[in-house]
Amino acid sequence: MLAIEKLSVHYGGIHALQGIGFEVPDGKIVSLIGANGAGKSTTLKSIVGLVKPSSGTASWNGEALTGLPTKDIVERGVVLVPEGRRVFANLTVDENLTLGAYARKDKDGIAADRKRVFELFPRLDERKRQKAGTLSGGEQQMLAVGRALMSRPKLLMMDEPSLGLAPIVVKMIFGIVREINRTGVTVLLIEQNAKAALEIADRGYVLETGRITLQGSGAELLADDRVRKAYLGEAQ
Amino acid sequence: MDRSLLFQQLANALSLGSLYALIAIGYTMVYGILRLINFAHGDVFMLGAYIAFYAVSAAAMPWWAAFAVAIGLTGLFGIGLERVAYRPLRDSPKISIMISAIGASFLIENLGVVVFGGRPKSFASIPLFDTVVHFGSVSVLSVSLFIPVFTGLILAVLLWIVGRTKTGMAMRAVSTDVDAARLMAIDVNRVISFTFGVGSLLAALGGIMWTMKYPQLNPLMGVMPGLKCFIAAVIGGIGNIAGAVLGGLLLGFIEIMVVAFLPQLTGYRDALAFVLLIVVLMAKPSGLLGKRQAVKV
Repeated sequence: MLAIEKLSVHYGGIHALQGIGFEVPDGKIVSLIGANGAGKSTTLKSIVGLVKPSSGTASWNGEALTGLPTKDIVERGVVLVPEGRRVFANLTVDENLTLGAYARKDKDGIAADRKRVFELFPRLDERKRQKAGTLSGGEQQMLAVGRALMSRPKLLMMDEPSLGLAPIVVKMIFGIVREINRTGVTVLLIEQNAKAALEIADRGYVLETGRITLQGSGAELLADDRVRKAYLGEAQ
Repeated sequence: MDRSLLFQQLANALSLGSLYALIAIGYTMVYGILRLINFAHGDVFMLGAYIAFYAVSAAAMPWWAAFAVAIGLTGLFGIGLERVAYRPLRDSPKISIMISAIGASFLIENLGVVVFGGRPKSFASIPLFDTVVHFGSVSVLSVSLFIPVFTGLILAVLLWIVGRTKTGMAMRAVSTDVDAARLMAIDVNRVISFTFGVGSLLAALGGIMWTMKYPQLNPLMGVMPGLKCFIAAVIGGIGNIAGAVLGGLLLGFIEIMVVAFLPQLTGYRDALAFVLLIVVLMAKPSGLLGKRQAVKV
């Protein structure tokens, strides 16, 4: 279980996260929704140690992650698919996947996972010798997810996986997320696309200007008036 | 034109160019990873030469052991330099780390004057490198034959490391996107240390070969070669290892050929590098083998 307690982050004078707390139970999909600038990315970045929180903790199965180097956090199975995919554009698809398994030594396991990634995303198999920079946005997102899977994540965190993608690709990516979750991987999802994110979520949280303002099951939030008005674009 | 004179000059050019290439590689590797011009690289070169000198003269080591020790210690020095002068500033604005590099350069040079003394020292002759070899009418110093071989081997090994090994893949990843590399559980600090270590030991090898060719040491001996090799790296396309070698060779050839065939320009020898830099940058700002890169904000 991932537990966030009173997490605060400052960027210079800006109080980006103001003591938020939430939990991601094992085996579940949790979605964190909110507008641009609400602090969603900051939350994920501080969990993996790319941003240093000013106070509060993130802990994974009872062990504090805060203060650990990113490398150690990733090695514990807490893995982030960053916003904007951030695939290594001048490396091949295959090399990107190899880097996903950078910390692992089990050759057979790595080979098996590579095979599995290619089964999930046949497009990557077709393009494995191609430079990642030549892929389309959707393919890059597939690669980013595949690359994360290569590290055998226990908790997969995804930052805006639907950003800039065609609806059909978004649907496919969310389908894959669900499939990954079924294999026992816990998922923490961050999205501006609130509808898609809440539909697959067991639990959802709404983040507004650095604070959590609403929480509930995915279905509850989807039905909530405030959510419908603010995030689903529905008129009263 | 006299044929043998041409071959003579070609041999000289190849050896000088390969020497430049050796040092230029260090600039380009560090730049590729950190986007930092390591202004102290020329001084690391000087340090390598001095350590070898003292290992032979004061510690009475056989030359090959002295060279190995000097190359190893200089590699460690490079790693230490990054730790002390660059790492603490990595998240600061780029200009701070550049100023720190300039400061490190002056510090090493002036410490060199204090510790080694400002008076030039001469390296004792090592027969293996100091023999004149004749090919028909062309005669070259044996060290001039070794240098291109070393540079060629090193280039091959480095291209293999960067292109084929996991460490090389990690280097390319860090060079494209540091945070994304961290997310792959890559120890970014280790990759950077490795890069500085390799660059510095190549500088040491360059410094030692330099003193085999021009057997005089002084604490400022790294300044001009450092500057020229930086230019060589930029001409070749900074960040690109093969480009650094190309730039070094090109610079060596132009310098030697201009001096040989237009002797009235000899006095401008050191200025040629800068002229070449300006010409190349005007024609191709990213260097000969460099790719255009969008500036990351």
